Amino acid sequence: MVQDGIGNHLNEGETLDDRINAAKAGDRRVLARLLSSIENGSVRFSESPKQESEWKILALTGPPGVGKSCLLDRLLHEWVDAGLRVAVLAVDPSSPRSGGALLGDRVRMSVVDDENKKDSVYVRSVATRKTSGSVPLVVQDMAFCLLEVGWDKVVIETVGAGQSEVRCAAVADRIVLVEGPARGDGVQAEKAGLLELADAIIVNKSDLDGAQRHANELRESLNLGHEEAPDVHLVSALHGTGIAAASTMLLSLNQSIRAARARWRERLLSHHERLLLEHPQFDTSLSNLEEGLMSFEEAYAQLRDRNE
Amino acid sequence: MDQPLRIVIAKPGLDGHDRGAKVVARALRDAGHEVIYTGLRRTPEQIIETVRDEDAILLGLSSLSGAHGHLFPRICETLREHNMGDVIVFGGGIIPEDDRAPLFEAGVRAIFGPGTTSEEMVAFIATAVQRDDAGVGHGAGWHWQSSE
Repeated sequence: MVQDGIGNHLNEGETLDDRINAAKAGDRRVLARLLSSIENGSVRFSESPKQESEWKILALTGPPGVGKSCLLDRLLHEWVDAGLRVAVLAVDPSSPRSGGALLGDRVRMSVVDDENKKDSVYVRSVATRKTSGSVPLVVQDMAFCLLEVGWDKVVIETVGAGQSEVRCAAVADRIVLVEGPARGDGVQAEKAGLLELADAIIVNKSDLDGAQRHANELRESLNLGHEEAPDVHLVSALHGTGIAAASTMLLSLNQSIRAARARWRERLLSHHERLLLEHPQFDTSLSNLEEGLMSFEEAYAQLRDRNE
Repeated sequence: MDQPLRIVIAKPGLDGHDRGAKVVARALRDAGHEVIYTGLRRTPEQIIETVRDEDAILLGLSSLSGAHGHLFPRICETLREHNMGDVIVFGGGIIPEDDRAPLFEAGVRAIFGPGTTSEEMVAFIATAVQRDDAGVGHGAGWHWQSSE
């Protein structure tokens, strides 16, 4: 690889293959730049890795503040001990007004400071950007890229979840819903979307009052359906209680059959959304709508037309 | 701006005060940038690993503990050693006037003390990323003339 003297080793003439090979060889700077290129839309990485029985991409989702980052940190310690190399895409929201973002999930990741483990973990913060309020669809390409350059597993940590984050999770092979106590008892309907998709549910903060009761409520609600219900696990990420068991359970987690239809639905919708957002006329259409130069139907028809 | 800039805001060393760093992080977010905050008490190595893995183009260092004279140059040096000479480093906190020249000499491109407006920081960033001599590996030629 050519170096330009000041240490900036990514040059114009460099091919994508050169960069992939450097990333495979362990150059993290090149990997980080490659992921930025995907994020900026200059590189596509849309070829799905071949499907295997064991999962490659896991989505960790759930409401804000239930301890997703903290739990993930614990799990990473376990998985690295088990000999795995794991990459994390930690998604945080972009401001819809300024387009900026404060990416803070990394603060909770003690595993990246562990001298013996940090080489087996890669944490990358991702802002939702243009798809603000929804999902960064490039996350899927970034995950494929990480697998391509040799990481064993990719974990997508979603923003604190509402209905739209279901779609982000749908790109994953397995979806784990993280819940916590004190979430109220009238929330079953609200959680329907996520509960439908989850392959496993982890109730965090087992040290707090109400965690056991919430886990029981979830089990009860899940068992009302006719299909096989996903397991509900109780852990405390803060104290480490139940983590070893949850870690083992997650590594051998199977895709639940009942979620298949809902998941394909989300993937189709997510693909459609991506096509619209990546259409070269998207911003123009928005401006035209804003200024009343175009009707909604005209704008949509233009964006749907792929023969630009 | 086309793409948001990725900026790491870091607290090196044994310094427990991060109100300033958080205010800066928020101001840069509101200016449309993607800001990664490291949390407190980071070592120089941890900071540059974050810059590397997050592909940040700018690194803001905050220090109120008096250790800037040791930590800032060390971080600049570590960046150069790791082939990250294109990263733009700026600093802030309690940095006495007399301490600033050696920091600029080490490759820090701006020092912002109390009273700096967020507009000035945003202006510095916009200027620095347009220059081709602002990276920490480009010697000590240029630095921002602070208005305070």
